[in-house]
Amino acid sequence: MSIDSIGRADERIKSESVVTKLMKRPELGAIGGVILVTLFFMITADRTMFTLSGIMNFMTPAAQLGILGIAAAMLMIGGEFDLSIGSMVAFAGMMFGVFVVNVGMPLMLAIPLTLALAAALGATNGMIVLRTGLPSFIVTLAGLFVLRGASLVGLKIFTGGSTQLRGIREAVEGDFMAPLFSGDAFGFIMRWLAEAGIVDSFKSGVPKVPGIPVEIIWFIVFALIATYVLLRTPAGNWIFATGGDALAAQNSGVPVRRVKISLFMLTAVAAALVAIITVMDAGSTDARRGFMKEFEAIIAAVIGGCLLTGGYGSAIGAFFGAIIFGMVTIGLTYTRFDQDWFQVFLGAMLLLAVIFNNVIRRRVTGER
Amino acid sequence: MSAPIIHMENIKKHYGNVIALNGVTFDLRAGECHCLLGDNGAGKSTFIKTMSGVHKPTEGSITFEGKPLSFGSPRDAMEAGIATVFQDLAMIPLMSVTRNFFMGREPTKGRGLFKRFDIDHANEITMAEMRKMGINLRGPDQAVGTLSGGERQTVAIARAVYFGAKVLILDEPTSALGVRQTSNVLATIKRVREQGIGVVFISHNVRHAMAVGDRFTVVNRGQTLGTATRGEITASQLQDMMAGGQEMAALEGSLGGTI
Repeated sequence: MSIDSIGRADERIKSESVVTKLMKRPELGAIGGVILVTLFFMITADRTMFTLSGIMNFMTPAAQLGILGIAAAMLMIGGEFDLSIGSMVAFAGMMFGVFVVNVGMPLMLAIPLTLALAAALGATNGMIVLRTGLPSFIVTLAGLFVLRGASLVGLKIFTGGSTQLRGIREAVEGDFMAPLFSGDAFGFIMRWLAEAGIVDSFKSGVPKVPGIPVEIIWFIVFALIATYVLLRTPAGNWIFATGGDALAAQNSGVPVRRVKISLFMLTAVAAALVAIITVMDAGSTDARRGFMKEFEAIIAAVIGGCLLTGGYGSAIGAFFGAIIFGMVTIGLTYTRFDQDWFQVFLGAMLLLAVIFNNVIRRRVTGER
Repeated sequence: MSAPIIHMENIKKHYGNVIALNGVTFDLRAGECHCLLGDNGAGKSTFIKTMSGVHKPTEGSITFEGKPLSFGSPRDAMEAGIATVFQDLAMIPLMSVTRNFFMGREPTKGRGLFKRFDIDHANEITMAEMRKMGINLRGPDQAVGTLSGGERQTVAIARAVYFGAKVLILDEPTSALGVRQTSNVLATIKRVREQGIGVVFISHNVRHAMAVGDRFTVVNRGQTLGTATRGEITASQLQDMMAGGQEMAALEGSLGGTI
């Protein structure tokens, strides 16, 4: 190979356009989706949807789902599924409720304990998958039923027959850790902005949006950390490698087992975090909490560009996937359409996303 | 000639009552390409797995850099400088060349919580190493899936070389490749050899072996039939030895000498 031709190749590298670069990103579809859905609601929905309070309205469910979706995306990139996350929300909610109400623990103890126990259950899922070599789909499907049933039975035991555990708000009131997991953050900024007349306020001068719901902050921070880990750390490379080809990764020295177990722990902890936030918000917990969330989280991840076969996807994609979800669920109430169209809409989105991802994947990898 | 880097004497490997290797002797010097030839089932795979630390020999001795040695695992062999490129290549098509190149051995910068994958440095090294092997990547973020089979083989070889291989074992690197890609891989082997790395080239294709080999060892039915130096032996003699002589001559006659 002559020096000459090496020089030419360098020129070719520089000539790759920004558009081609963008086309290679897995989250492209999700960003396109957000734009489409936004346009759709701009045309059809009431104007209030895109006011600050309207945005908070759809971002709150988006955030609750997104925390699960990002964790699910990371696990999917690592080559596994977790169908038990929805039930894990209910189970973790129950554990948290019992710790706070029945045991009377302060949040400083109850929250770490709930997260740790959830992580242990996640690790158990991972261990079973690795030990048996069965598809995680089946193993966690079993988890879906076991944890849902256990939540039901557990709640009945701890409440003396009810499937709802109340009194959480009263129990956590005044706890110094409560503002981290419930209510609104950055209230002072909102008040300041309202005084300056930048955001809408009521006649009394109180801003219409009292602050940013904490889950939105958690959601954004989690998306940023997950993206950083995936793209800029050795662990991120291990996750892609594990999902791409576990054997090849293993032979190259990637600790495949540790990666997988950590990811199962992550999804379980994400579910527990969502449980803590939503339970504190509602002031009670019940056995139906997190119902169907496992599928919604996977849909958000797939819309976000994750391949079902693993090894490809992005956390930021799942972030946008969850926002699409929130916009569609809440957005339809601002339109004159029947709200129940939402499931039809999501199903269609999912199918489109999968088809789109497949095409993109072929283009990126040159699979023939 | 220099002393061999690795010397394997009378290696035997039994699996229960099956004798997979029944006395294989093989050595490799720095900067040479030693071809290990044999038909399917001759024991080539078992032999290289012994050399790369996957199997322990039942009998026989391995001397590496003048010291007797016994590898506990493939990892030990890798750390000692024996790298094996198996046919599946341990490459992940969906991942970029850089990410594959450094898979499991990512360079980092920063400390503690901020310890991160130094992707710019990794990209630079990948581009430079691939250029050394005569492959001009479109970019370090090009997915391995877009590379041809020969180029993938080259990435795997370049990776092994970069991570300090002294002995590079290539398991049938040309078996699944087209003509052009085969010559590219053979050219890569030459480059590697020139850097002073010993190459073990496993093949059942005599022509490919003759193109790059310095010495040739034929295995048949778990035994070495002998080692010949380049120029001492012709392709058809090697072919005969591999197939076990007589029958092959008869077969070849009936096929009109086309194999």
